[in-house]
Amino acid sequence: MKILVPLKRVADPDNANKVKITPAKIETTGLEFKPNPFDEYAVETALRLTENAANTKQRLGEVVVVTFGPKDTETTLRAALATGADRAIRVDATDDALDGDLVARALKSIVDKEKPDLVLLGKQEVEGDANQVGQLLAEYLGWPQATFAGSIKSEGDKALVVGREIDGGSMVVKVTLPAVVTVDLRIVNPHGAKSMHTKPDHAYPEGVRFAALMAIMAAKKKPLVEMKLSELASDAALKIQYTAFEPPPARKAGVKVKTVGELVQKLKTEAKVIP
Amino acid sequence: MSQTLVIAELAEGKVRKSTLSAVAFAKQVGAFSVLLVGPGAKAAAAELTGFGAAKVLVCEDGALAHPLAERLAPTIAQAAKGFDVVAFTASSFGKDIAPRVAARLGAGYASDIAAVKADGGKLSYKRPMFAGNAYGWCSVTTPVQVVSVRQSEFAAAEPSGGASPVEAVAAAPVEEAAARVEFVRIEAAKSERPDLGEARVVISGGRALKEKFSEVLEPLANLLGAAIGASRAACDAGYAPPELQVGQTGRVVAPQLYVAIGISGAIQHLAGMKGSKVIVAINKDPDAPIFQVADYGLVADLFTAVPELIGELKKSQ
Repeated sequence: MKILVPLKRVADPDNANKVKITPAKIETTGLEFKPNPFDEYAVETALRLTENAANTKQRLGEVVVVTFGPKDTETTLRAALATGADRAIRVDATDDALDGDLVARALKSIVDKEKPDLVLLGKQEVEGDANQVGQLLAEYLGWPQATFAGSIKSEGDKALVVGREIDGGSMVVKVTLPAVVTVDLRIVNPHGAKSMHTKPDHAYPEGVRFAALMAIMAAKKKPLVEMKLSELASDAALKIQYTAFEPPPARKAGVKVKTVGELVQKLKTEAKVIP
Repeated sequence: MSQTLVIAELAEGKVRKSTLSAVAFAKQVGAFSVLLVGPGAKAAAAELTGFGAAKVLVCEDGALAHPLAERLAPTIAQAAKGFDVVAFTASSFGKDIAPRVAARLGAGYASDIAAVKADGGKLSYKRPMFAGNAYGWCSVTTPVQVVSVRQSEFAAAEPSGGASPVEAVAAAPVEEAAARVEFVRIEAAKSERPDLGEARVVISGGRALKEKFSEVLEPLANLLGAAIGASRAACDAGYAPPELQVGQTGRVVAPQLYVAIGISGAIQHLAGMKGSKVIVAINKDPDAPIFQVADYGLVADLFTAVPELIGELKKSQ
């Protein structure tokens, strides 16, 4: 199976409360770049779907990672190559010249060239939190989609049975490849995703795999090509334009109560949220 | 003034209340119609004829038996001809389908909108970014605009009387993408409690509850008629089912009262509950970040504090 994984770097999501907001800009200076967590899960899922867990050294498919960004985003691609991805593509672009729709249209051109069986990506990128590239791409390609995947089972590499996390439960669909799948966080559970080659009872370690030092060195020699956005999307017009930014509404400073009795009293008489 | 088509969300033949938040949005920007698609659409239409819609459109078709984006998007896009804005609920239902509809209409899509402004007929949308740590105002540059509306930020529309005419619309032909996806099953959590997104009170628990998650929280939730939520850590550890998760992944809630019990308050959790009117935190770690957003914080061991809380509440009833 050949899998294309679009991924993006983001400002450290665990410190997202430290962004500086001015009306013109959201400043992330001082925050370390990290791979978008949901995309990192997509890379791990793609690796699991292209291997037999009993012998992960032998690749049983191909994983191509692609990002949109300036030269220094190649670090993010090299990190994905170090964990096991086979090739990388960087589309030269800057965030302010992109929106989800333009990325989806450019990805369609890459899919037309690369002809993967599956495009696997995070359900959302945690800076813009827009949650749309996967679905847009699926529609532009005329492919089926399975969004918010919490589990994937490969059926003979021709179809995937996907457990989708939906409000109030889960929904299971079977998609015939090629397809687009966007992943949610539980996909990297020990039994979240498995290829047809891996024993059904195999339990993966929780979370994503880390790269060994040797693999980090080897990743420097893996193929990484650069593409121009203009070659992939003829129309670079954005459909979403940001005009202003603001901080979330401030909450008034709270108080610590000493006893349960005091808490109940305050909820009744001050906050008036219980009768 | 914009013409909006609101896409109703149905669950087992009933209109989900989140739909009324999308109606409230539509009323703010102009005139609107509503579209119900899927099994039970005709019967459920009556639930939406009293809100001032120009028309209530319905589409029931054998091909639309399940909520699959590949099947619904062509029919919704077809029905959206002539409208300026297509508004979905910002739920797993709306977020799955809205981008496909936007792509078909050549429209830009603003997701999860929290507010809207109209300047000389030009709409601008406020939406959360960076896990709710920033808000951006954006405009959609295309003639048709697609949005998904946050239930937590738009109060449900109230009935305004009148009787909107109900009109059937045709389903679009099934396309190849739809033929390649097969519905297997839905595993819906059965619960007598109010829906997390609609509850007036949410009692939420973290990993500290361990195997006693339900045992500790249910009596309190029963007493307050509350929905039960959970942190990611509690879900990942298996103490609570995944559909209870509140946060950037999971549900976004804004109840009158949110009680966080044994929840440390990771950024991703705060993203899902920071809009609550009153927040109570009970945690034995006085430095837990949850106390920074809590109106009332109690530093205590939850295993003694929660039963005590139940006792006090019963006493004062």
